[in-house]
Amino acid sequence: MVGDVGYYLAMGGYAAFVWPAYGTALVVLGGLAWHSWRRYRASADTLEKLQRELPARR
Amino acid sequence: MINRLANPARFMRWSATVLPWCGRVTVAVVALGLYLALVAAPPDYQQGESVRIMYVHVPAAWMALSVYLFIAVASATSLVWRHPLAEIAAAAAAPIGAAFTFVCLATGSLWGRPMWGAWWVWDARLTSVLVLFFLYLGYIALVNAFDEPGRGARAGSVLALVGVVNLPIIKFSVDWWNTLHQPASVMRLDGPRIDPSMLVPLLVMAAGFLMLFLTLLLLGMRAALNERKALVLRLNSAPTPGRVAVRERPVAAQSPVR
Repeated sequence: MVGDVGYYLAMGGYAAFVWPAYGTALVVLGGLAWHSWRRYRASADTLEKLQRELPARR
Repeated sequence: MINRLANPARFMRWSATVLPWCGRVTVAVVALGLYLALVAAPPDYQQGESVRIMYVHVPAAWMALSVYLFIAVASATSLVWRHPLAEIAAAAAAPIGAAFTFVCLATGSLWGRPMWGAWWVWDARLTSVLVLFFLYLGYIALVNAFDEPGRGARAGSVLALVGVVNLPIIKFSVDWWNTLHQPASVMRLDGPRIDPSMLVPLLVMAAGFLMLFLTLLLLGMRAALNERKALVLRLNSAPTPGRVAVRERPVAAQSPVR
């Protein structure tokens, strides 16, 4: 079983190219998704806070 | 339909419903695509297992071109019809397109090393895609270079439209010039020249990347609209001392247009 996994991970000798390719895609696209989500949450929180505070001040 | 959805308030309402579903579909389709690409698809008879890089590289390349086309169409729409959402859509799409272009270049390099014996060659296809990457970066820098968002968007729109020239150059570079890069095998007039056992995983991954683009686009547009609304709220409710300070600026410091 372990041998099977090792054989699979070796990617027929191309492991040094296949896995970094998938890794790069995961890091870049996953990182962008994470960053987009953070920015969205921050923008929604800021807006909500402003809308709560401002009518009170007027 | 587009006109109806393009009202910012209405966009915020429908996108709030659509966005979670886009996210779920993205995760499901990408997971299926990864399974098909890494497990189900057979190794290539010439390239062996290294062909699996194709399932990331080719969809990323398609998205790199498509997202740029999207930005160009949105830019034209914002210049001609002054659609309120078009410039926000274009600006939100740019980082996503840049990310796809980077993934395309990086995975291409990792595929080129074992297959061509070179990480990089300065041929027409690779160079024109690198130019596309710099166009994305230039567009993002230009849009964010102005204090007033509208001016940045207009300048960016012009750059995006000029850069469209690069798209047919990328697409046909493999036919027009000598290159190590292989010619098109899916988007051909005479139909795809690739076995279904590889074509299906490729198309599923492409669908996953497309869904990822739509999800991140909606997320980015919603964030931008929130930020603009917050800015308007802050400006409208600036405390009185601040307003006096603005009015009391010396005349010379004010813009001559006013």
